[in-house]
Amino acid sequence: MNKLNFLQPDKNNFNTYLYTGVILIALSIFTVFLNSFFNRDLISFLPGTISFFLPLILGFIGLHLIRIDYSGYKFLDSVNKNINTNNFNAFLSLLIVFVIIKSLPPILSWFILDANIAGDSKDVCTGSGACWTYIKIWFNRFMYGMYPNPEQWRINLSFIALAFLGCVGFFASEKFKKYLTLYYVVVYPIIAFFFIFFFISGGPIFFDFSYGIIAAVISIVLGFFIPSKFKMYYFIIVPITFYILLKYVFFYEELIELGKLEALEWVETGAWGGLSLTFIVSFFCLIFCFPIGLFLSLGRRSDLPIIKYISIGMIEFWRGVPLITVLFMSSVMFPMFLPEDLFIDKLVRVIIAISLFEAAYVAEVIRGGLQALPRGQYDAAKSLGMGYWKMHILVILPQALKLVIPGIANTFLALVKDTPLIFVVGLLEIVGMLNLAKTNPEWLGFAMEGYVFASVLFFIICYAMSKYSYNLEQKYKTER
Amino acid sequence: MNIKKILPQLLTLLAVILIFGFFSYNAQVNMENRGITFGYGFLSQESSFDVQFSLIEYDGSHSYFRAYLVGLLNTILVSVIGIIFATIIGVVVGIARLSNNYLINKTAAVYVEFFRNIPLLLQIFFWYFAALRALPLPQDTEPMFGVFFLTIKGFFVPAFVWNNLDIFIYSIIAAVISIIFVRIYAKKKQENEGIQTPVLSISIGLLLILPILSFLFGGVDASVEVPVIKQLSQSGFTYDGGIKLPPELISLALALSLYTATFIAECVRAGVQGVSKGQKEAAASIGLTPNQVLKLVVMPQALRIIIPPTTNQYLNLTKNSSLAAAIAYPDLVLVFAGTALMQTGRAIEIVSITMLTYLSLSISISIFMNWYNKKIAIKEK
Repeated sequence: MNKLNFLQPDKNNFNTYLYTGVILIALSIFTVFLNSFFNRDLISFLPGTISFFLPLILGFIGLHLIRIDYSGYKFLDSVNKNINTNNFNAFLSLLIVFVIIKSLPPILSWFILDANIAGDSKDVCTGSGACWTYIKIWFNRFMYGMYPNPEQWRINLSFIALAFLGCVGFFASEKFKKYLTLYYVVVYPIIAFFFIFFFISGGPIFFDFSYGIIAAVISIVLGFFIPSKFKMYYFIIVPITFYILLKYVFFYEELIELGKLEALEWVETGAWGGLSLTFIVSFFCLIFCFPIGLFLSLGRRSDLPIIKYISIGMIEFWRGVPLITVLFMSSVMFPMFLPEDLFIDKLVRVIIAISLFEAAYVAEVIRGGLQALPRGQYDAAKSLGMGYWKMHILVILPQALKLVIPGIANTFLALVKDTPLIFVVGLLEIVGMLNLAKTNPEWLGFAMEGYVFASVLFFIICYAMSKYSYNLEQKYKTER
Repeated sequence: MNIKKILPQLLTLLAVILIFGFFSYNAQVNMENRGITFGYGFLSQESSFDVQFSLIEYDGSHSYFRAYLVGLLNTILVSVIGIIFATIIGVVVGIARLSNNYLINKTAAVYVEFFRNIPLLLQIFFWYFAALRALPLPQDTEPMFGVFFLTIKGFFVPAFVWNNLDIFIYSIIAAVISIIFVRIYAKKKQENEGIQTPVLSISIGLLLILPILSFLFGGVDASVEVPVIKQLSQSGFTYDGGIKLPPELISLALALSLYTATFIAECVRAGVQGVSKGQKEAAASIGLTPNQVLKLVVMPQALRIIIPPTTNQYLNLTKNSSLAAAIAYPDLVLVFAGTALMQTGRAIEIVSITMLTYLSLSISISIFMNWYNKKIAIKEK
């Protein structure tokens, strides 16, 4: 038998070290486990400080004893390599394990064991745990805000329809793949706009703005058939002509009469709220901020001085102020800048404000991608005789955007996380609804449950988004 | 110059001028209708509202400008506290993310993923309305270390009462100046003779010794004032003396630092990972000790990657501190763009001042960052 040296375990007395170490570790973990789950203190006979630290010391010695290099046991080796490389690491690992064991019982009991979900009034919540009944009762409000209950199927239907239409890209056959970009950039947002602003609100389909929208769509579609030489003049002249024609010459009164959806009750935007409002605001801001940001970033890198400096000014201004002041501006200052008879809906103002704000961040991200492209790409495209737009659309942007997928995803995540701020203008999405529910005299004292619920929802949404962006990044990664 | 270059510029300029002209024309008409005249004269008027927490002396008889300063100082206070804690937590978590210990690594990863995927506003509400509301009342509070009292009404900490505070401050300034000289001297010595001076230990020593000397000979004297419980009414208690940190400040600083720390942690991780392995191996192979490798080779290169995005995060934290308005912490937005605006109705002036304040702050920092980036950029031959 070799001499035992407990300060320096080696392979000679492998079994002795291993068994002693494992027993010590098991003992320490068992003590903490009993203490935290069953409230039994095995070592209470010892003085306070020692009994507090004893499991830590025991486990530490145990981990020290099993730290034997190249033992030949796969499991032991991987434990040593991953959590037990040296004394300091062993100590930290033990600490983390103990903290997890200690904190599990209170968390479990609050979330599940002592929690209540049955019943439909506050009286059932007698335990010390969470009161999920509160969430259950208020669930509709948290999802739909003040939207009238019998009309909520409209929101559900719109979201389901939009989700299906959004998935079209996954099922499209090869033949239609090339139209997908057009579909997602132009057609899909317009369908979404019609669904949300007319089906959910139930207001008249045609109002002043829709002439502008129709004019823009028709001229963009026609624009594909115009030779590139005249495109610039075309896009300046034709949309305005269309707008004037549509508004003043063609059926003005008739369309408004036609567009009234008599069957649907009108729900003003002030009543929208809850998670569905979060989705609506984020969705439109995502759609609008990307093209605006793209143009700003191109403008910032343009060699036309006026456009360049206007873009820089726009970007730096929006990036320099907090979103909350932008929303303040849109709610208290912006109405001063409009003629008195022109009223723009609160929700529309908020969407414009957030879109412009996030567009500046998108612009900076895209600029990073543009700068990362080697000069040769520009030169090569120019030497092929491509013009500015052709060069950017066919050569530069596809590469640059691929590079900045993570950055854009981060900006979009920030946008989704910023939507609760719209409480500033009085719109209550889910966090706002929570604060409203919290002050209801019948349901005082359940703030924690509400915030935990909303946190979990937001975590799921944002985590899914970030994982999806990671997948996209991997998918479009090309060797350079 | 051809028309293809001039026409788009002219059109953009025209559009911008038209939009601005439209806005300012409407603003004029609207203000005439409401009988308001544009101007910043109201800043010197009496504000006649109170602010519950302020660093400088302030009450309703002071001017609106003074109220603006109160808000600005409160914003700066919470930002500085947030930046300090966010940096500490962020650096620790960032290093933990690099650890080869599976448990530590994963714990840090869970922390980062969790806290950065939840909206900051929700976190602020959580701390303020849920977590801090669970604290005990002043009369039931168990003191921490005998002098700190964490209650539902705020965090009461002991305050220092100084005699001859100015001499103490002079001594610290003197220490800082001498440290700068020591650094210059050390650099010169290293360039000329190749000998390293232990600058860090000398600086710490100077920072300790000079203030201690001021205590011994300068007549500086500090005593500690511990908060004492005081009865206000039948059931109302509070603490007297010491410094009171209101719960708004605590929850705001807590949420800001926990949220921003996740981003700083990622910056730190990216920075240290950005230093290639070859650098460390090369440094080790020319005989530098592990400490020297870290100090002379890894850190300078890692800091070059870490500092720009981290400054950006500091800026974000400062801008995010405006969320204070949601829990009634009297920062710039709440005091000035909230209360003062309600009282005066001068939307354009007040919103523009508030925006300009944040704008000048972030533009000056970004100018500084551009200068700094240029200074530390690797000079390639």
